[in-house]
Amino acid sequence: MSIEVRIPTILRPFTKDQKAVVATGATLTALITDLDQQYPGIGDRLLENGALRRFINIYINDEDVRFLGSLEAPIKDGDSVTILPAVAGG
Amino acid sequence: MSLTISRAFVDAIVAQSRAEYPDECCGAILGPVGSGTPTRLLPMINAAHSPTFYEFDPKDLLALYREVDDNDEEIVVIYHSHTETEAYPSRTDIAYAGEPGAHYVLVSSRKEIAPAIEFRSYRIIDGVVTEEEVSITE
Repeated sequence: MSIEVRIPTILRPFTKDQKAVVATGATLTALITDLDQQYPGIGDRLLENGALRRFINIYINDEDVRFLGSLEAPIKDGDSVTILPAVAGG
Repeated sequence: MSLTISRAFVDAIVAQSRAEYPDECCGAILGPVGSGTPTRLLPMINAAHSPTFYEFDPKDLLALYREVDDNDEEIVVIYHSHTETEAYPSRTDIAYAGEPGAHYVLVSSRKEIAPAIEFRSYRIIDGVVTEEEVSITE
């Protein structure tokens, strides 16, 4: 199973500037674990204390993973995953 | 480093900040990829509906990035308003700044300076804020 993961500009230093990479995993947790093995350090930019960082948005196809079970969200062959930093501030 | 922006966009952002007062307003200006030129203004909804915080709605954010990709555009400017403080990035603005290539524009219509408006632009990269010159074209 291979899933295309779209990487935002700010995380491309981890992926040697690739805009999209391929990873595997049946859940978001497994996918992030695989990403971090391929691109060490990227996992820490997505997770904090074992949960998804508040100001990182991850989508499976068109849906925000927060509505799909967050880290437990299931991923299947052919899905596409997009990571975007929130545009937010005070 | 500097930002060149049309008077029409400046006026539109100032008008939006007044219309959404006391909440912060926000939005983006897109331009052709690689140009660095802001050509298309997209006001966004502040999903936080707050006088002290702004956030693009996560669904709108995904739609925005898809549109940018489909049209070979880039996000040239990310703007928001401060309602009671100066137009300088706050600690949270700096902590969450996730677009190293964008100009971060801040406007402030705080009472102390009324009827004047502050309109300032910054780069925010790895937690470092650098103010840049703004040239407004008529």
